Amino acid sequence: MIRCARFAFTMLGLGYAFLYLPLALVMFYSFNESRLVTVWGGFSTKWWSALFANEAMLRAAWLSLRIAAVSATIAAIIGLAAGYALARTPSFFGRGLFGSMIIAPMVMPEVVMGISMLLLFVGAERLFGGPERGFLTITLAHATFSISFVAIVVQARLADFDRSLEEAAMDLGATPWVTFLTVTLPLIAPAVGSGWLLAFTLSLDDLILTQFVAGAQSQTLPMRVYSSVRLGVDPQINVLATVVVTVAACALILSGWLTRQKA
Amino acid sequence: MRAVIALPFVWLGVFFLLPFALVMAIALGTNAPDSVPPVALGFSPKSFALLFTDDLYLAAWLTSLRIAATSTVVTLLLGYPMAYAIARAVPRRRPLLLMLVILPFWTSFLIRVYAWMGLLADNGLLEQFLRWSGIAQNPPTIIGTEWAIHLGIVYAYLPFMVLPLYATLEKLDASLLEAAADLGARPFAAFLTITLPLSLPGIVAGCQLVFIPAVGEFVIPDLLGGTETLMIGKVLWDEFFTNGDWPLASAVAICLLVLLVGPISLFQRQQARSLEPRT
Repeated sequence: MIRCARFAFTMLGLGYAFLYLPLALVMFYSFNESRLVTVWGGFSTKWWSALFANEAMLRAAWLSLRIAAVSATIAAIIGLAAGYALARTPSFFGRGLFGSMIIAPMVMPEVVMGISMLLLFVGAERLFGGPERGFLTITLAHATFSISFVAIVVQARLADFDRSLEEAAMDLGATPWVTFLTVTLPLIAPAVGSGWLLAFTLSLDDLILTQFVAGAQSQTLPMRVYSSVRLGVDPQINVLATVVVTVAACALILSGWLTRQKA
Repeated sequence: MRAVIALPFVWLGVFFLLPFALVMAIALGTNAPDSVPPVALGFSPKSFALLFTDDLYLAAWLTSLRIAATSTVVTLLLGYPMAYAIARAVPRRRPLLLMLVILPFWTSFLIRVYAWMGLLADNGLLEQFLRWSGIAQNPPTIIGTEWAIHLGIVYAYLPFMVLPLYATLEKLDASLLEAAADLGARPFAAFLTITLPLSLPGIVAGCQLVFIPAVGEFVIPDLLGGTETLMIGKVLWDEFFTNGDWPLASAVAICLLVLLVGPISLFQRQQARSLEPRT
């Protein structure tokens, strides 16, 4: 047992090193003087000022943030409904299909979802003359993709939920809707919050789906990063990586704190 | 309650299910480069036929499946001991250890793949390290090879493997192992006969979460792989964006769906049903 455990803990350490060493190096090299990313040329913050003066990059980041906020909010509302339906209604017409539609976006290769959503928007454009591809289409695509993740988090939270509280409210005369708003929702709010955060990060990071459904005019942050790194390593992207990792760490701590808020 | 079900049902129906009918329709059309969009609707199996007869596409399928399979196995071999260690750690420390696995998943996928570009580049940090440490004087370039793609997939999908494994290992009843030990089983025998079989659902779930997206992976082969390694996700992308052949790209998507996602979701439903109490 001891030897088994020691081996496992060694692997755990190696696994963490494997996960974090590349990121640490990228963050370290964001302070590199040299343009060459493989050569250390001394400490400098010039790529930091370059990134924050990079208009196109900032515009892309702003667009991404707006899309992420709106799509995460849509996903949180619909995902909440979906998770609630999954957890509370054992059977209804089409439940099998419903369950599959919740799981599928999580396992589907993104290129497949990308092309299908694009064809939907192209079809809509031919039939109704819109929506124009850009902010709206990207937001709709991201929301659709993220619903699953919110639904799963909400469903898990509802699975270990004390239903006697709801029953008590109903016994005291509360309508189902009032019970949901005053008892259920406050209790599962942390799950919805962490689902929202997850949807927000997924949207902020998505490249493939976005590349398919974005029009010619809109460029999100990942699209911008992708077109830049295709040409090779770029010190400004190292800076961006450092920012992203830092923000992600903060978001995760916040989300962990939210989920651990036991009612 | 009906409205609560209807809202997500209709949304997913319109934005998720309906599009696949369109993909099928386009896949049966033919390429028409001069019109916008570049498709002539019809009922032609040409694109599908091409996918299964042209050597290039067959090779892309086989390469994708092979790379995804080996990467999944490596991810499992690395992820299993990690999940095992976290599940065996002091309960107080588990959230932190788990968070360290999840954190990379919250950072950008693109940036994590990018992180390997500088490491694996020609004369990059890994080569410099190998030379400096004297492990290899003339290390081969890794970027642009299948090695780099494998590495990228293992790196990017490791959290997806560890999490489901941890979920099953954490629930494992320790008294079963004690019983085995009392009855004289060696630790390794106990692991093989108790821990491993009981963690099988986690292994299956983790492998699916890695294998399926890895087959259709685009970013990793595009940024870390070379031009000679064709993976099917990249083929779809190139047919769509570079060649503008929408029917062919749609046919690839349908095939990925039917051959990959379909069987696995059926299997999953079977699994779920066998766990549910009979009604």
